[in-house]
Amino acid sequence: MRHRSLLAALLIAATGAIAETPRDFLTRFEKEAGATASIERGARFFTARHGGEWSCASCHTDKPTQAGHHARTDKPITALAPAANAERFTDAAKVDKWFRRNCNDTLNRVCTAQEKSDVIAWLLSLK
Amino acid sequence: MRLQLVLPALLAALSLPAHADRLPVPANPLYIEECGACHLAYPPQLLDAHSWLHVMNGLPKHFGTDASLDDARRTAIADFLGANAGSRKTGVTADAKGQPLLRIRDTAYFQRKHREVASAVWTRASIKSPANCAACHVKAAAGDYSERSVTIPK
Repeated sequence: MRHRSLLAALLIAATGAIAETPRDFLTRFEKEAGATASIERGARFFTARHGGEWSCASCHTDKPTQAGHHARTDKPITALAPAANAERFTDAAKVDKWFRRNCNDTLNRVCTAQEKSDVIAWLLSLK
Repeated sequence: MRLQLVLPALLAALSLPAHADRLPVPANPLYIEECGACHLAYPPQLLDAHSWLHVMNGLPKHFGTDASLDDARRTAIADFLGANAGSRKTGVTADAKGQPLLRIRDTAYFQRKHREVASAVWTRASIKSPANCAACHVKAAAGDYSERSVTIPK
């Protein structure tokens, strides 16, 4: 029994196939920020422009339970809110990749851990 | 005798355009996932290998957006595009000075194929830009760019 769970843990570690949940990312970024996330701050951050041409909502809409469209190419983008799309915020590589790219496009810098946790908190509040 | 020779040639010539407008994307899940996330996974045939190399080396500043990838993925996709790049139809995709073209829309092949499209059509809200192939080529994702499958939205 003990042997078996050790083996399972080793397998998971070896493949890196640890399924994460949106709450895991919220916890991770709150811990990095050293502060509790704010749903209201997340909502404001998501819909405001930050000196650039686009806000998050330019592609994801201001109601991210619905599908969006790429602001330049018009390609459909599936809903970002986990309540509407179970695939969102379940893969660390994807979460890091899209925060890296999209923060650069909208803020011309990386996002802080607090900004990321606020956005996830707001997205999780949407039903 | 003469007609017998000419007729097959004529028929072959007539059937050419439909054939020539097939641009299937070779199966590659990584290419579809990464490049197809923001735009149609464009047929690699539409740029030559030199152009694709420059596109793939400039992903952090990809036509005004950050499309950066980790090195393993970037290299794998660059290899795929290089191996499937270009074609007899598209030829060399470079400008007059020999610099590689990075936009498919700037290539001679694309320009020739779209010379009947007025500039105002491209900017319609339903189309947005020449990057949005599927707005008019409704079967573009399946590699079908034939005129029969074109519907220009209002």
